[in-house]
Amino acid sequence: MSAAPPLVDRIADAHVVVCAGPGGVGKTTTAAALGLALARRGRRVAVVTIDPARRLADALGLGRLGNDPERVDPARLAGLGVAAPGELWASMLDPQATFDALIGELSPDARVRDEVLANPIYRQISGSAGGSHEFTAVARLYDLAHDDRFDVVVLDTPPSRNALDFLDAPERIAGFLEGRAIQAIIGGGRRGVASRIARRGTGVVLRGLQRLTGVDLLRDLQTFFTTIGPLSDGFAARATAVGELLRDGRTRFVVITGPGPVPAAEAEFFRAHLAEVGMPFTGLVVNRVAVVAERDRDLDGESVATTLRDALGAPLADAVGHTWDAHRRLAARDRETVAALVRSTGDDAPTVVPTLDGEVFDLPALVAVVDVLDPPRPAA
Amino acid sequence: MPGDLLDRRLVVVTGKGGVGKSTVAAALAIAAARRGRRVVVAEVGRRGDVAATLAPGTGARFGEASDTAEHRFDERRLTVGDLAVGHVSVSPEAALHEYLRDQLPIGPLAGLLSSSRFFTALTAATPGMREVLAMGKLWELGQPRRRTPGAEPYDLCVVDAPASGHATAMLGAPGQFARTARVGPVARQGATIAATIEDPEQTAVVVVATAEELPVTEAGELRHALDERGLPVALGVVNGLLDDRFDDADRARLTATTVEHPAIAAARHHAARAAEQRRQLDRFRRAVDAPVATLPLVPVRRLDATAIGDLADRLDPSWAPDDEAAS
Repeated sequence: MSAAPPLVDRIADAHVVVCAGPGGVGKTTTAAALGLALARRGRRVAVVTIDPARRLADALGLGRLGNDPERVDPARLAGLGVAAPGELWASMLDPQATFDALIGELSPDARVRDEVLANPIYRQISGSAGGSHEFTAVARLYDLAHDDRFDVVVLDTPPSRNALDFLDAPERIAGFLEGRAIQAIIGGGRRGVASRIARRGTGVVLRGLQRLTGVDLLRDLQTFFTTIGPLSDGFAARATAVGELLRDGRTRFVVITGPGPVPAAEAEFFRAHLAEVGMPFTGLVVNRVAVVAERDRDLDGESVATTLRDALGAPLADAVGHTWDAHRRLAARDRETVAALVRSTGDDAPTVVPTLDGEVFDLPALVAVVDVLDPPRPAA
Repeated sequence: MPGDLLDRRLVVVTGKGGVGKSTVAAALAIAAARRGRRVVVAEVGRRGDVAATLAPGTGARFGEASDTAEHRFDERRLTVGDLAVGHVSVSPEAALHEYLRDQLPIGPLAGLLSSSRFFTALTAATPGMREVLAMGKLWELGQPRRRTPGAEPYDLCVVDAPASGHATAMLGAPGQFARTARVGPVARQGATIAATIEDPEQTAVVVVATAEELPVTEAGELRHALDERGLPVALGVVNGLLDDRFDDADRARLTATTVEHPAIAAARHHAARAAEQRRQLDRFRRAVDAPVATLPLVPVRRLDATAIGDLADRLDPSWAPDDEAAS
């Protein structure tokens, strides 16, 4: 079988690495490990995490992570095989700060900026409206991808119910902020019988809504779009630019999952969706896999118990035998799952990360993951 | 499991992403159906995981929304062995459209209302609107007399809710909506819905976690957020537990032995993980301050109705002969 090269080789020259996948599969850890692996290969890396993985930040010697990347102390990294020019920076996405910064950037002057920032509809959208977390993640990605301090940005995607939301979030949010469709609905300067009738119909709906909800949608939205008007072209341009960045030839999508039935199904779904929307798929990482070496697969629990009886005593040897059988069953399931994922995703050399003794909360554990993702090569 | 859990109108299942909320919701629905309750599982967030798990091949596909392009709810009846379980995916969009269809004479404007930008505009202008809309539909599903014309009534609606923060926002939204100065039917209905949610005899919250650091921490934060809204946790569920076959003396001997054998290495690893899981299970018990049920790690490739039925046995020991599971 001529397999694809190891994952880190496939992302070695990337400008952007997007780590996507379902929640609860160790996505943040993998993003950090990929960042460290790339830094080890001499690249200046910014990792953007989403989860408040406090202990991971502690392990990197960083304080509370914020929106601005903080550099991991080179002395600390030197012991892990990271040497100049390799650098590792880490940040945690702050959706509100990112959104506010974007408003500042697109506003023609401070007055417009302050008005937008104070507008209640803007506060609502930037705070929690559907897709804003995903939108700010890619907006932040765009900022850092254009920051000269970094060669590559590794993005850990938001733990949303639907792991794909961030793909179309830029268009969705910017499409709304751009506001043309809404302005057409609530009455821009259009003329003609058809649009007048449509507007009259719209008026009925809006009045009905007001009666039902107590919200004067028309007035609130008119205020909002008047306020944000000067920014609307900028939003359209930024949404286009972000979309282009996601489809760029040096952007890589890594799908991260686990061997359980739900995450595996979700990874397959995600892979198919990437193809549908024309995004590149680079490789698959399966975390927390139970592994039994091939030579040991036929060993059964009963014979294990017999072999170990003298060394451990019968009761403990039996328990070890039962545990061994359970472990073999799980490993067999995981092998089947990985094989099925190879078929469905088309990655014939996925990275399989064995289950570790504990969660990854310190540097040695993180380095152990890095060594699986990017095995150290023997010196030539 | 508290004996009367399945006698409520709404059972809301939440927890950190990826801990198995859909699985627990499906198992609770099976447990309820076995007791003869007419039950519907409502998945919030437009996915069909529960339907795909319980009744594969009925057209439900993993990750696929079951509300249609016209944003109409697609309420189905799934046949699971000899049990019937209702299923519906609930999105705020579909809830808004159903609500407007019921309340406004707007036939010709259906196209306008299907505009996602219109929906974004409405929800952006109205904090809590998304949550109120979703919660309103869930409430409606749990009513003995359905508002939806011709709809089948249920005794119980099991909600496969979004992850922690979104779930508390959803549960709190109707009350918040009613308390703000808003007028009109939505605010009035908000008060009615809030009364149902805040009544522990009608509504129960189930918090799910795996026995790991972050999910347990999030469960604790969730419980505090629920406390602030006056909502107690009715049941905690810890998912994916390994069988713990080793005590401290065993652990010490496994560590001490000089025999090299793959099964000993596997046993050490297993013992270490099981011990860590037990530590996290203790943290979880303190964090949720409620009865706790545990579910084992199920080594299957695809969860199916049989696997879910086994989990239902563990959640509902009054049904199955094995009564250790929920202790």
